[in-house]
Amino acid sequence: MTAPLLSIRDLHLSMSSYDGKAHVLNGIDLTVNRGEIWGLVGESGCGKSLTGLSISQLLPSPPADYMAGEIMLEGRDMLKLPRPELQKLRGNRIGMIFQDPTTNLNPAFRIGDQLVDVALAAARWKPGILDCPPGAGRSERKRAARKLARDMLERVGIPDAGMRLDSYPHQFSGGMRQRVLIAMALIGRPDLLIADEPTTALDVSVQAQILKLLKGCVADYDMGVILITHNLGVVAETCSHVAVMYAGNIVESGPVAAVIERPEHPYTRALMASIPTRDTRRGMLRGLAGSVPNLITPPPGCRFAPRCPHATAACMTGVPAPVRVGRDHAAACIHAKEPETAHV
Amino acid sequence: MTDTAEHIATEPELPKQDKLQRALFRFRQSRLSMLGAVMVALVVFFTAFGTLLAPFPEHIAGGVDTAARFQPPSWAHPFGTNELGQDVLSLVMAGTTVSVLAGLSVVLIGTVIGTLVGAIAGFAGGWIDEILMRLTDLTLTIPGLILAMAVAAALGPGFTNMIIAISLSWWPGYARLVRGEVLAVREESYVNAARAIGASPSRILLRHILPNTVSPIIVKMSLDMGFAILMVAGLGFIGIGIRPPTPEWGTLLSVSRSYMPDYWWTAMAPGMAMFFAVFGFNLLGDGLRDILDPKARR
Amino acid sequence: MLQFIVRRVLLLIPVLVGLTVIMFAIARILPGDPVALAAGPNATQAEIEALTVEYGLDQPVWVQYGHYVSGLLQGDLGTSLLTRRPVAADIAAYLPATLELVFAAMAIAVLLGIPLGLVTAVWRNRWPDYLSQVAAIGAISMPRFFLGLLLQLCFAMWLAWLPLGGRLPIIVIPPPSVTGFLTIDALIAGDWTAFTTALSHLAMPAIAMSLSPLATIMRMMRSSTIEVMQQDYVMTARALGLPRRQIITKYVARNAVSATLTVIGLYFGWLLGGTVLVETVFDWPGLGLYATKAIVSQDMMPVIGVALVIGLLFVLANLVIDLLYGVINPKVRYS
Repeated sequence: MTAPLLSIRDLHLSMSSYDGKAHVLNGIDLTVNRGEIWGLVGESGCGKSLTGLSISQLLPSPPADYMAGEIMLEGRDMLKLPRPELQKLRGNRIGMIFQDPTTNLNPAFRIGDQLVDVALAAARWKPGILDCPPGAGRSERKRAARKLARDMLERVGIPDAGMRLDSYPHQFSGGMRQRVLIAMALIGRPDLLIADEPTTALDVSVQAQILKLLKGCVADYDMGVILITHNLGVVAETCSHVAVMYAGNIVESGPVAAVIERPEHPYTRALMASIPTRDTRRGMLRGLAGSVPNLITPPPGCRFAPRCPHATAACMTGVPAPVRVGRDHAAACIHAKEPETAHV
Repeated sequence: MTDTAEHIATEPELPKQDKLQRALFRFRQSRLSMLGAVMVALVVFFTAFGTLLAPFPEHIAGGVDTAARFQPPSWAHPFGTNELGQDVLSLVMAGTTVSVLAGLSVVLIGTVIGTLVGAIAGFAGGWIDEILMRLTDLTLTIPGLILAMAVAAALGPGFTNMIIAISLSWWPGYARLVRGEVLAVREESYVNAARAIGASPSRILLRHILPNTVSPIIVKMSLDMGFAILMVAGLGFIGIGIRPPTPEWGTLLSVSRSYMPDYWWTAMAPGMAMFFAVFGFNLLGDGLRDILDPKARR
Repeated sequence: MLQFIVRRVLLLIPVLVGLTVIMFAIARILPGDPVALAAGPNATQAEIEALTVEYGLDQPVWVQYGHYVSGLLQGDLGTSLLTRRPVAADIAAYLPATLELVFAAMAIAVLLGIPLGLVTAVWRNRWPDYLSQVAAIGAISMPRFFLGLLLQLCFAMWLAWLPLGGRLPIIVIPPPSVTGFLTIDALIAGDWTAFTTALSHLAMPAIAMSLSPLATIMRMMRSSTIEVMQQDYVMTARALGLPRRQIITKYVARNAVSATLTVIGLYFGWLLGGTVLVETVFDWPGLGLYATKAIVSQDMMPVIGVALVIGLLFVLANLVIDLLYGVINPKVRYS
């Protein structure tokens, strides 16, 4: 059996601040295979973005400190790689898309130039992406990179791609800019795409288009995707799998259908209950009482216990281990039950 | 009635004591601003006592000692003597008073004029604002030294004339700063509250707006002190500032030029004194800016 | 783009009118009797009156101003009372020297200040950075004329590596004037001796002038680089594998430079005004020296002319900076 595309094992991360050391990732386990789209959901501050940034090692250290765990990309531990090796992986093995398309493109450069630079950087380790013979001169490589940039813009649905290469970011709408950023993330043909809230800053109508585009690209390029979002609706529509995060832990994970139909962790249930549906009447919108715990002095035991309606004394001692609750479906709650074998 | 207005219009903020202590703490943390503070303290000390402490007070008043012309640095004359046999150290010590007082006058006059112009412009708005700010921009387009030179030349030499000449180009920075703060603070709720209760504009200005502009003004004044001292010395250097025998650093340096390179020491003390004083004020101002006005940290 | 330029140019007009009013007011309203000075101590009352009429000083102030402005529009900046030559001709003769000095100083300041600012920002909070911050404040605090004097003492008088002052010794035949900048004219003429001579004369005054803008540009560049490095697009560039060197020297640098440009524009005007002191130290035959000589003899027309020309150049410099800003930061152009 070949190694999975990405496998995170027991990742612990702390961030130092003036107030102390916050234990922000508390043993993350996650496995992503090609063709899978994983939704990583949770409230702000639960560590979902930090998980994404950890994978390509983009957190400055200090304040970040990886205390334990491993992040394996096809069998190689990213945490043990020297910096130049990491650099080789960014862009052509791992692509990233961030939340705000207005601030993630450099305003002072034509988007064509930005795409070409990313393509050329990726082509240093992956010459195949450029359509030119080995040993081609600089100008020839540049021309090939420009052609690739145009093709990518076309692929992400930007009309007049050839002309638009010479436009500046501010001449695009928000949705179009996000398409450019997707093209930029995919131009190096990465195997893993990490998209951090890619649609949050966009209009609802544009959101759906961008998600559809992402889904199409995954199918085309046979990638694995981690889609970080706080929106369960987005997950239900786009993802094949979902991992729910709370205060630095993955509390429940599994195939989307299973988790949404039969959420086992009380936090997942609370999250689902907070989504307004067609049947929600005015005044019935439900939030979750309490707030995310302080991660400098986290509560002992289950970190969700202080807010959990079903918490018992047992919840306060020992971090709950994931319990198998269905096929590939696990919940980190001592009250979660193994399903009867008949169900499986 | 006024009491109520005061009560309602009090700005919500940290207790004053706490704020001051925090600022002092941060100031002590910054070694450079401490160094600047010590240097400025030394400069201020010489401003007050330089003339008194000078080893050869008779030279400051214009006394000459032709027998002792151009003596190189020695224990008796650490910075040597000049073409008139005067002790250079004594002249430079006494020159501190002139330079610092001139610089301080320029900065104070500039602050007062600028604050008034800026406050009036910000408060009045409309065409008054427009005219005053155009005038401010205009003054900024004429390089300060050229304007000061022209005015100083037209008025003739002398301490007062020189201060007037420099001050004429010194206020626009403060006017812009104060106007900006007035416009920002004017819309704050506590000022509106005070106005609703019927406090007069001058009262609002004095009690509510100026206290808020104090920090950036102090920072600017400290940084400007150094540049004002340089400007005073510059005018002295080209011969249209304060005239001898009043000892002034720029004039002393200008005279020493004629005796280079053989009697190079006559230039060292005035030049280094200028550098020291300006450096001190700049270090202090820079430190103060980081502490009092973090917004402006660029 | 054209519309942007036209709008900016039209905005200059009221500024220039104001400039002439201010300078004229200083000359006419402030005390001082230029006629007596021009006529000399032995002049008779009749001679003085004749001169007064000749210069139009007997007419009301606004009439004098009207004459002055209508003259200005024909390129007439008045006549120097002392040299009896047209001020415009004098300024035309002295301006190139000043501009050459200012551009040389600015070139040193920009070419060293921008990379130094970039480097210290990358080395932020390590000892070379701290050291450079103190050195920068020191450089800003150094009086230019004292620095000039020290340079002269060291490199001209003791070491005798560089000439003491002036622009070109009389024995060297100046190259045919094309730009008015001796160094460039010498290069155009292919006259290597004239070039090295001119450069050796330019070196010290340019260095003395450049130190303070160099330090300011460096500090400005450092802080804007630090700001830009925290922008999202830098994170994206890192995440997509662009080499660190390329991110800093290309992507960060351009954004940081556009923030620094405004300071450069301001400094240009400051340098023009500040040449006076350095020109005096190095006996550099530019506008500053001309104005100083005129001022000492209360000859006001040259002073007004110089202030006007410097003010105009300052305004033009800011215009150029605005336009450059539009080129570097494309968003400005269209708003």
